[in-house]
Amino acid sequence: MRNNAMMYTQRVLFLVLIVLPIKSLLAWEVSGYSGIESLGFWEPPLESQQQSHYLSGVIEAEFYHEWNDGRDSLVFVPFFRWSEHDDQRTHFDIRELNWVTVADLWELRVGIRKEFWGVTESQHLVDIINQTDRVENSDTEDKLGQPMINVALINPDGGTLDLFLLTGFREAVFPGLQGRLRLSPRVNTEQAFYEKQGIEKHLGYAMRYTQSVQQWDFALSFFHGTSRSPRFLREKDNNGGYQFTAHYEQINQAGVELQFTEGNWLWKLESIVREGQGRSYFAGTGGLEYTWFNVFSGGADFGVLVEYMYDSRGFNAPVFYQDDFMTGFRLTLNDIQSSELLAGMIIDRRRRTQSYSIEASRRLGDSWKMALELRLLTQVAESDFSYSLRNDDQLRFELSYHF
Amino acid sequence: MIKQLLLLTVFWVFSNAASAIEAINSRGLEIITEVDRRDTGFGDVQMDMVMILRNKSGDESLRRLSMKTLEIVGDGDKSLTIFDRPRDIKGTAFLSFTHPLTADEQWLYLPALKRVKRISSSNKSGPFLGSEYAFEDLTSFEIPKFSYRFLREESYQERPCFVVEFIPQYRYSGYTREQVWIDSERYIPVKVDYYDRKDALLKTLIYQGYQQYLKQFWRAEGMLMTNHQTGKSTQLINKNYQFQQGLGGRDFDRNTLKRAR
Repeated sequence: MRNNAMMYTQRVLFLVLIVLPIKSLLAWEVSGYSGIESLGFWEPPLESQQQSHYLSGVIEAEFYHEWNDGRDSLVFVPFFRWSEHDDQRTHFDIRELNWVTVADLWELRVGIRKEFWGVTESQHLVDIINQTDRVENSDTEDKLGQPMINVALINPDGGTLDLFLLTGFREAVFPGLQGRLRLSPRVNTEQAFYEKQGIEKHLGYAMRYTQSVQQWDFALSFFHGTSRSPRFLREKDNNGGYQFTAHYEQINQAGVELQFTEGNWLWKLESIVREGQGRSYFAGTGGLEYTWFNVFSGGADFGVLVEYMYDSRGFNAPVFYQDDFMTGFRLTLNDIQSSELLAGMIIDRRRRTQSYSIEASRRLGDSWKMALELRLLTQVAESDFSYSLRNDDQLRFELSYHF
Repeated sequence: MIKQLLLLTVFWVFSNAASAIEAINSRGLEIITEVDRRDTGFGDVQMDMVMILRNKSGDESLRRLSMKTLEIVGDGDKSLTIFDRPRDIKGTAFLSFTHPLTADEQWLYLPALKRVKRISSSNKSGPFLGSEYAFEDLTSFEIPKFSYRFLREESYQERPCFVVEFIPQYRYSGYTREQVWIDSERYIPVKVDYYDRKDALLKTLIYQGYQQYLKQFWRAEGMLMTNHQTGKSTQLINKNYQFQQGLGGRDFDRNTLKRAR
């Protein structure tokens, strides 16, 4: 798998080298960030190879060039993280390398891109185009770049229909033997099984229609291809122990997104039906967000969030949330430093597993930013998918410089 | 009989007062309608903005953004605001469809997540990017959003002005009223006093360096907002105005929001 990743990287870099000189490098706009991160765990690890503290560094740059009055653009976003101890978390990725051309009734986007779908906050069920970068952050918000050809057909008075041909499957990267926040036993990072091989494994097809009608925003989507999230099968490894092997099946998924925005209320719903991974199943997330703006005329916004997550596979679902409630609040100070705080709690309605998370961030001066994340897991039931993470309460601190 | 006479007198006094108020209101509305009429037909406009945020002790912080506006005849304008600095919010973009009578529609694009979020447009009084400008100070002006009362004529910086009171008619405003000095020759606002919900003077906005474009449209190069209650101020500098560049609805949709620069 590492070889595959290397070959993929080499091929992409080769393409970059061909494309870049087309336009003078001077006309490229460069921006990005670089940061150092401290990731600490205070509970003893489940396995002796795991560590209590990981220092790491990251850099992500964006090279952007446009011509034809901005109707054509090229963007290149390389990403690299180095991490102490965990060789799987030390990773390079091309987050974006694409060309976008724009006309009145359509847009064509070709290359490696990131495409986000969804409206809810606690989890992103409908979002399926990109593979999750599972070693970057346990919040699963980071994604690996996905090669694609995407045509958007745009009705100026109505909605947008996006058609995707996904050209190249990105296998999930899991933390290494020495990494925390991983399944135990660990996932085999050398080998994975695929239902389809060759071109069928690599090609994916998707479409999504989005439209806004007054207070309503909705989207319908379909996906066919290799599942981004594998199922894990427990198998014997060469040393007589056990390991999980990722199985990637061909799936069909239909998704719905709905948001109703009225006054200070946001009402949200996301739902999917998926077939191909055992029996077909249904999953949904629904909830609301209410925000008080400019509280006590002090400028701050305070919002509360409540969401419910459901998965029809119940306890057997290889997901963290299948019958869980999320409650949380968001405090945005709207000060010069853009100080923000997001705190949430998720409770499993029947097994009582609870997870807590606090995220805070603040700008320092004009170019620096610091972020603090605290994640706790308590009363983890043995049957819960997150049981492997029961000792992985963590405190993450990041200081980054934006250029 | 006396009672009836008294009632009649009271009625007469009131109806006179009412028509006097009506006259004041209609003069206010007439002035504003003329302001609006003279600024109609700009089609589309784009510009770059620099915001200098100053606190009480004089520390400064800089914001850079650009803004595009599309005039929609018969409805509120559409606008796209793109953030460039501070660097950590570069690429964040804000799309707004204003409506004179119903709630505005607003979307925010978060570039790190590549996520377009429909957001509540009830946030009128909150600060924009930590500045002394509230969202409601920067959204496009529509006549039905206020009621008007003509106060007096008065000169401001040696120019004759109408002083008109604006009373917000939309929900969630942070102001009870705004007092606006309008240049009575050019029909453009030159100064605004904002009164908070307790009717205390909160902020003053001063327009600086008006330039006329296309022989019709006046735009200020500078706008200084001073908060009297906190001592903070925000200087806005508007540069590179470009009118009628042929922008259309497609420059203000959610596809464009995702690649706005």
